[in-house]
Amino acid sequence: MTREINQELAREFGLSAEEYARVLSIMGRTPSLTELGVFSVMWSEHCSYKSSRVWLKQLPTKQPWVIHGPGENAGVVDIGDGLAAIFKMESHNHPSFIEPYQGAATGVGGILRDVFTMGARPIANLNALRFGSPSNPVTKRIVDGVVRGIGGYGNCVGVPTVGGEINFHPAYDGNPLVNAMTVGIARKDRIFLSAAAGVGNPVVYVGSKTGRDGIHGATMASAEFAADSEEKRPTVQVGDPFTEKLLIEACLELMQTDAIVAIQDMGAAGLTSSSVEMAGKGNVGISLNLDMVPARETGMTAYEFMLSESQERMLMILRPDRQELARGIFEKWDLDFAVIGELTDTGRLTVWHGGKLEADIPLAPLNDQAPLYTRPTIEPPKREKLNPARIEDRIGLTGALRKLIACPDLCSRAWVWDQYDSTVGGQTVKRPGAADAAVVKLEGLSRGLALTTDCTPRYCLADPEMGGAQAVAEAWRNLTAVGARPLAITDNMNFGNPEKPEIMGQFAAAIRGMAAACDALAFPVVSGNVSLYNETERRAILPTPAIGGLGVLDDVTKAVGLALPPWLDLVLIGATAGWLGQSLWLREITGREDGAPPPVDFTIERANGDFVRTRILDGTVRACHDVSDGGVLIAVAEMAMASGTGCRLITHPRDVPGHAFWFGEDQARYLIAVPDGVALIRAADTAGVPAMRIGTSGGKDLTLPDGGTISVDELRGLHERFFPSWMAEGMDGET
Amino acid sequence: MKAGIVIFPGINRERDMAIALKQSFGHEPRMIWHKETDLGDLDLVVIPGGFSFGDYLRCGAMAARSPVMRAIHDHAVRGGYILGVCNGFQILTEADMLPGALLRNASLRFLSMDCHLRVERNDTVFTSRYQIGMTFRAVMAHGDGNYFADGETLDRLEHQGLVAFRYTTPTGAITPEANRNGSARSIAGILSPNRRILGLMPHPEDLVDPLMGGTGGKPLFDSLAAA
Repeated sequence: MTREINQELAREFGLSAEEYARVLSIMGRTPSLTELGVFSVMWSEHCSYKSSRVWLKQLPTKQPWVIHGPGENAGVVDIGDGLAAIFKMESHNHPSFIEPYQGAATGVGGILRDVFTMGARPIANLNALRFGSPSNPVTKRIVDGVVRGIGGYGNCVGVPTVGGEINFHPAYDGNPLVNAMTVGIARKDRIFLSAAAGVGNPVVYVGSKTGRDGIHGATMASAEFAADSEEKRPTVQVGDPFTEKLLIEACLELMQTDAIVAIQDMGAAGLTSSSVEMAGKGNVGISLNLDMVPARETGMTAYEFMLSESQERMLMILRPDRQELARGIFEKWDLDFAVIGELTDTGRLTVWHGGKLEADIPLAPLNDQAPLYTRPTIEPPKREKLNPARIEDRIGLTGALRKLIACPDLCSRAWVWDQYDSTVGGQTVKRPGAADAAVVKLEGLSRGLALTTDCTPRYCLADPEMGGAQAVAEAWRNLTAVGARPLAITDNMNFGNPEKPEIMGQFAAAIRGMAAACDALAFPVVSGNVSLYNETERRAILPTPAIGGLGVLDDVTKAVGLALPPWLDLVLIGATAGWLGQSLWLREITGREDGAPPPVDFTIERANGDFVRTRILDGTVRACHDVSDGGVLIAVAEMAMASGTGCRLITHPRDVPGHAFWFGEDQARYLIAVPDGVALIRAADTAGVPAMRIGTSGGKDLTLPDGGTISVDELRGLHERFFPSWMAEGMDGET
Repeated sequence: MKAGIVIFPGINRERDMAIALKQSFGHEPRMIWHKETDLGDLDLVVIPGGFSFGDYLRCGAMAARSPVMRAIHDHAVRGGYILGVCNGFQILTEADMLPGALLRNASLRFLSMDCHLRVERNDTVFTSRYQIGMTFRAVMAHGDGNYFADGETLDRLEHQGLVAFRYTTPTGAITPEANRNGSARSIAGILSPNRRILGLMPHPEDLVDPLMGGTGGKPLFDSLAAA
């Protein structure tokens, strides 16, 4: 590339005229190509959070159990026994649209590295996936590739994929969301951070060799898609889970020693972001000699080395006297180990290649003068609350149940889960679908973690503030429903183009709702990721603030699942007004996507949840399921299908229309199965928690209050049909 | 019985296996790095599941040529016990220590789910704590578990009683639906002629604790511990 370096090239690199002017003022001269590349990726939306930072600051990040909040590679919370859980969720949306298998696979690889770089052994993966309409011919190919990619990577590295969620909506047609979450465990006194220290200390590169793959991936993730996005395929990286597995083992082995001063993975913007961030956090300079970087291709330029997003690479600052010890460990695992530079006292990033100084950038202004935008916001008008009595039920309870239980958003995900190894490690107590949250035991201890991912994007579109609050509350509820004490969340903010005030308005409102929920539920944000520009041909996705929640069970044997045992009373906890606005019943049965979403009241949320958790932990509750998408009747059906046991439901209260009672999506509700419903309801009354017996379990049929009956076997047949039959139709999207 | 677990790069179920062995044996198994060439006084060598060398070539093909394999071969010649699970089974077939091969699953997809195994004989060191014809639940987690051998080999395995386990329904019936990966004659596990080497695809080591959903795999380790 011998093009002149000017504003036009800067624009192609994603820098605005004003941002390029700032580069010129910092440098005091025209930057070299490599320098321009460094500025453009460090100041990209993906790396700098320039549109979102002002809002993210509103999120509560502190509680006594938080060890490290946002700002490190992942969040760290104290889980007792001297241990810490380290976790984060991150998006790989754009790559997964262009190349679904590798996009999803490297998404898993990237988030794993964020976690083990801090010293944690990864013990669980989860994901949050959103796809376009199943009737869009490309959706099937994307679903297939993403699922294979997640499985292909996670299964090989040997970290169980224990949970996740999937939604379909036409708004994701040209822009699927692939959000991957990893949870790891470390000793809380052995956590590794990324701030470089010690002038003269060696900068060490380990892992895979560097190639030309993924150059400018971070910039791609910071722009809208046009119809030519297929041409961006070379910017997608290729994953090597085998090398990742070796890297995990080698890093954890080295972390048993005192060799590491600082460590960070090379994620987005590769060598550039890792070196700039490590040196920047440590207020030191860093000098790199690219001749020492292990290369997979010949003739690579400094620009290509600095911008490559080749996978499975880490950068470390080592104690000089431990360098050979570290080299021995990486050589044992057949991984590259190269000293590629040293820390300096210049406060500058200097990059040498072939004896030539290719970049010389002062780090403080590169970091401190990164653009920060308070973009204009326009929030959507509040939608009208729908009156359930004025929405006619033309299909009846059984008809609606048959239709809803089979629809793509509610049908069985077994086809997906069956491709993810959920048991490797031997500690998976509740596998996907067995409970509202996945439950993983800590090896050798009685403690366990509960994990979930949640968001209801249609609520977020209708009312981003309430939708943001609901996503946090639902994560809290799902952890509670297995008996866990919710501790903290990671968030993955997926939105459209932030330069549009309507999109920025969604973002700001969602953050406000999330912040309120986090505060009220003592459920802070400890890590997160922002993915903007999720638009294709100017159509934005639904606002999707995906929440990854983590809770702890001191005694993991107390965890309950959702499988309904026979001969128990089924009790509904929480009040039911019959909220049909934005419900799946409204969408699937009447074709309407309107009304205000159900409101979340944090005081009620907490009271109901705390009551349920207490009753789970004292052994009263034998099965529990939160009431979410599809309402009470769907929750009952899911409990019945999980065990094969039926249920006889009794008449609903007269003041709520039947369809609204059974399919409304009022919040803060749980279904619990208990031996003595009367005693349970008495206890709930005392605690001021609404509780109502809605049926008795037993038999092989679900008997509805209107006299309709459907066998659990038939329900299962309907529930399990969609994915296998859809996939069996063949890949229409294949070209 | 002294047990050791062989670690090839990319193996990932060694911890699960160590937990199961320790539970039945009462002591920790030895971990053996694939570059080691001396197995010491081990009675039982276990090759666990995973993706040795990434399984980027044929599954198990690289591991079958690793330095430790010569020692494992010698151990077999001496009449030592060997258990290969999942990738371990694939490695044993690649090393010609068991016949046949493991092909891609018939569905061409990774399968992670419970399956039921029928015990075909219980006069082996691996199965003495089971009853003949009983079924137990185990975890399946593989992309290449479709057992294949030529008709003559299959006949010989059947004739010599070297089929250890078959995929069946919970009540022991052989059906195509119960044989999810498409294995020839529903074979899930086979024995060497001296019945001292067992290879099987499903993971008994992942169901040895009721907390994890069952204990169907525990008798296999108890059998070994009692030997």
